Amino acid sequence: MNFDEYRGVWIFIEQNDGKIEGVSLELLGAGRKLADKLQVPLGGFLLGSGIKPLAKQVIASGADEVYMVDHPVLKQYRTESYMQGVMLLVEKYKPEIILYGATPNGKDLASAVATDLVTGLTADTTMLDVDVDSRLLEASRPAFGGNIMATILCKKHRPQMATVRPKVMKALEPEPGKVGKIIEESIDLKEENMRTKVLQIVNDVTKKANLAEAHVIVCGGKGMGDVQNFQLLYELADTIGATVGGTRDVVEAGWLPHELQIGQTGETVTPKIYFAIALSGAIQHVVGMKNSDLIIAINKDPNAPIFDVATYGIVGDALEIVPKLIQQFKQLQNEKGGEVSYAREI
Amino acid sequence: MHIVVCVKQVPDTKIIKINPKTNTLDRRSAPAILNPYDAHAVQAAVSIREKTGGTISVLSMGPPQATAVIKKSIEIGADRGFLISDRAFAGADTLATSYALSKALEKINKEMPVDMIICGKHAIDGDTGQVGPGIARRMDIPPVTNVIEVSEVNLEEKTVLIKRKLSNGYELIQAELPCLLTVEKEINQIEYSPMPNMIKAARYEPVIWAVSDFENVDRSQLGLKGSPTIVGKMFTPPRPEGGKKIEGSVDEQVNQLMDILMEKKDVLTLQSSK
Repeated sequence: MNFDEYRGVWIFIEQNDGKIEGVSLELLGAGRKLADKLQVPLGGFLLGSGIKPLAKQVIASGADEVYMVDHPVLKQYRTESYMQGVMLLVEKYKPEIILYGATPNGKDLASAVATDLVTGLTADTTMLDVDVDSRLLEASRPAFGGNIMATILCKKHRPQMATVRPKVMKALEPEPGKVGKIIEESIDLKEENMRTKVLQIVNDVTKKANLAEAHVIVCGGKGMGDVQNFQLLYELADTIGATVGGTRDVVEAGWLPHELQIGQTGETVTPKIYFAIALSGAIQHVVGMKNSDLIIAINKDPNAPIFDVATYGIVGDALEIVPKLIQQFKQLQNEKGGEVSYAREI
Repeated sequence: MHIVVCVKQVPDTKIIKINPKTNTLDRRSAPAILNPYDAHAVQAAVSIREKTGGTISVLSMGPPQATAVIKKSIEIGADRGFLISDRAFAGADTLATSYALSKALEKINKEMPVDMIICGKHAIDGDTGQVGPGIARRMDIPPVTNVIEVSEVNLEEKTVLIKRKLSNGYELIQAELPCLLTVEKEINQIEYSPMPNMIKAARYEPVIWAVSDFENVDRSQLGLKGSPTIVGKMFTPPRPEGGKKIEGSVDEQVNQLMDILMEKKDVLTLQSSK
């Protein structure tokens, strides 16, 4: 394998129904830095049906080049049709690095493509960098079980690939007039050769959107003791118009459904206010919430790592503090009338 | 209907302890268990077999003690199990793992054609979810990941109806058999094992294969040698400085917190309900 043939940083632009996923724009932001360091162009590649209007947005969001495969069979995401498109582009243009959002479709596609390209793939990355001399992608992720990160390298294969957690990287401010190169490739796909069919897509915004879009989140950990005590957090959340989430431990214990898990294997959230209550702040949790604007941590253990990321920390017993906090909010509402909630300064 | 479920033995991450000095895992502190997602994969196969009849085979890769997770799968309802165990597999990343498992699957498929492969969504020790789709590519069958329901198996048409979880809802997919599914936990509840299963599991000895039992194996694709990814370094992320500690008695702490929340700009406000 001649590594010098492989140049450029590519981002998989995931689109659903003509709308680009947020994580793809975040990756254009992260990819821009890598491409500048390596002094190569940043490419965005997208597949779908009728996707040409999206090229401008990809360029405005940081890409120098957009690679497109537009075909009716690519209307909905399917592993096999999409990977044929990706293989075609990658084998022809040979990027050295490819990043995908760690969404269900992004992970599915990257895993299949890595197998056919026979190259390395790092899952659920939360930090990215490149070593300019070796041109190696340094994709870091929390290592299993500890407050420690592992940097994964792919030294002997190209392209180097990684999936990246949503909401960890920052998108660039779009530059509407920015000019870039648009490259279209045609592909020969036949519906009758497809072994899967998407019969229906159902958007169920109720469950997920709650956490993803909440301005205020009350997140509890195993330190709440039991599921009865955990209900206190619902009471606090109700009082201030917040949404409840939990750590992996809490979900594993069955106190909360998996949809409400925050962290590496759950949701990544970026609310205005994040209450981290009776949770220690394992790195797997912290990667899912550290970009929140205001973090308030309550924990008995003064050495709990959650205090490192908290804006304000209270060392104390949540079971004592939370009821008093609820009481204060209720008192305030009773005295002055009205409801407490997050509101942007007008 | 022949279903093969791929399972993995993992340390129980709920119990595992971290050595605070070295920041590494104290593996002795954690019992080895059947990866929870894989338990749901076995249960999903059992539910399908209830409707279609057939055989459920379980396949795992690991050290000899990984026979425990095959026995556990038999307890849930699998019919038989295969363990591939060889030093040559050691140190495999996801690419080398899917290669090794596909060699075993080829062998199983020759003896009894496989209609469906089911894997857990990911293993709780690696959290990658990459092995399932990798196996599907190597076996040249369609993968469907993040499955939350198998609603219909049509053996005459050789199709299956599947609900696949998306970031924002789900999609209904029709896939041709054979195919590979990776399942989410919400696909089912693990049922209590009936007594005959327990007895069968206790006595069960899985078939164990080494590399030498496979045909046409490219040894350079196995284990550490066959793994494109390597761990470059391990590091503790720089500790952020942390914010202000709110000190004092519990009441004082609560009062200070209220001041911060209610009086700082762009935080909480009291809105009059009209």
